[in-house]
Amino acid sequence: MKKDKIFSLLVYLFAILAIVVMFGIILSVFSEGLPLLNSIPLWAIITGTEWYPTFNPPSFGILPLICASLLVTFISAIFSVPLGIGSAIFLAEVAPAYLRNILKPMLELLVAIPSVVYGLFGMTVLSGFIMRLFKVPLGLNAFTAGILLGIMATPTIASVAEDAIFSVPVSIKEASIGIGATKFETLYHIVLPAAKSGIITAIILGLSRAIGETMTVIMVAGGSPIIPHSIFDPVRPLTATIAAEMGEAAHGSLHYHALFFIGAVLMTFTYVFNILGEWFRKRAIYRQ
Amino acid sequence: MLKKCITGISGMLLTTLLFVNGIYGAQKTQNSKKEIIIAGSTTILPIAQLCAEAFMKKHPDVVISVRGGGSGVGIKALIEKTVDIADASREIKESEIKLALEKGVNPYKTTIAKDGIAVIVHPENPILNITIDTLRDIFTGKIILWEKLTKDFKGRIIPVSRDVASGTYEVFEKYVLKGARPAARALMASSNKQVAITVAQTKTSIGYVGLGYLNNSIKSIRINGIEPSVENIKSGKYPLSRSLYMYTNGKPEGVIKEFIDFILSEEGQKLVKKAGFIPIK
Repeated sequence: MKKDKIFSLLVYLFAILAIVVMFGIILSVFSEGLPLLNSIPLWAIITGTEWYPTFNPPSFGILPLICASLLVTFISAIFSVPLGIGSAIFLAEVAPAYLRNILKPMLELLVAIPSVVYGLFGMTVLSGFIMRLFKVPLGLNAFTAGILLGIMATPTIASVAEDAIFSVPVSIKEASIGIGATKFETLYHIVLPAAKSGIITAIILGLSRAIGETMTVIMVAGGSPIIPHSIFDPVRPLTATIAAEMGEAAHGSLHYHALFFIGAVLMTFTYVFNILGEWFRKRAIYRQ
Repeated sequence: MLKKCITGISGMLLTTLLFVNGIYGAQKTQNSKKEIIIAGSTTILPIAQLCAEAFMKKHPDVVISVRGGGSGVGIKALIEKTVDIADASREIKESEIKLALEKGVNPYKTTIAKDGIAVIVHPENPILNITIDTLRDIFTGKIILWEKLTKDFKGRIIPVSRDVASGTYEVFEKYVLKGARPAARALMASSNKQVAITVAQTKTSIGYVGLGYLNNSIKSIRINGIEPSVENIKSGKYPLSRSLYMYTNGKPEGVIKEFIDFILSEEGQKLVKKAGFIPIK
């Protein structure tokens, strides 16, 4: 009895620690970022189209950076969501057991490849390929970055979605086949709706990785702070800006606060993203 | 139940002991080795790496770790006391000196090599010479087509610049941009290597790198008619030349002094040359 108490207390402490650390991070990012608002109004930052942090006078418009992050994440979603869910369905429902036992661990191995390796691949191989394929003058652009982020997000989406689809009880499928539904009808009308909440979680996890990815976009996105007019324009996502400029920003300067402000914007994005996903997921469960 | 519990706890204790012992042991072996940590300019990176390797071969008891990051990053790390040597391809700024003194760090400069910033284009580009003013117009976005500069080459000019944390960028800004803002369309690369790769891949691009990064896949062009050659940079005739520095906290001492002396020695300066830069003597 006593041991139980000690154990639950210990677990409780760990849980509290995780929460404290999280709030600590949020607090420090916002408290370093918000002082920027003393010098520049929020509206001017969010809608400003010029990012010249080190010039005199400096301008801190982050609209091009926000557009860049959203664009590359969107492109990566178009690429990775169908591919990821498609592979998940194949692995869970179509592939024979021996193939699944080989492919699933390989898929999980792909998640563990460091992003700088993807970046190097994108810089030296993929960018040249995209230049030739689409006859564009520049290989380092939003499209290349989006494709690369899509490749990185696909294994995450596929792996988590596969778990969800695979864990749909066999009895439900048997019942469906039993009343005369085809394999496709069973998949489309029974299995996928039952695994919906898990699939949505998979997409959120995958796209969170895409929007937060830094090293790859530094190497591949081009880095120009412009509002993209075409998917083949070079862009400068939020994460790349923080990582590339933090080294130069003097502690406590306006530039320094601006970079933390970008961090806060990025965090807000991810939270909104997660809350939306959670809402969809809850609704999916409720509908069942 | 009790027995299980005791075995469990003793097992846990044992692993903890082993683990702690492992860490302690590792620390002990590390303590007997002297460590130098270097960070900063990606321009100096090849010199620092070559010299570190040669130095470690001669002194097996010394471990040197070399990182890039950019001159600004290196100097910042020196001020935060997380590195022993900061590589910088520009001089330390007033604001940085002030911050360093506040933190009790006294930056000491040693010039280790000279370098020129070469302006590079794709090998298929026929252009051979460019003036500083034209270069400024290209990077500020006033000239956007190659047709304006030469009749043999067409296309939209893609300027490739370095990020603001780069010393190479600061030198370029000082001598070429002269305070003007670069076009937002210009690419921002995070290292010299990235500029070189991008220009080698992109036919209509133009960029700038430290001399050490020149290779056959890119073409360097003359500025105001002057070639970025060793003589022209040594004599200061080439407009985009500069010195490369290593900053330490106070006058270098002990093993750090030994390492810097090694770079300044005849053998070290040979490595500077091998890395593609210009010896100071």
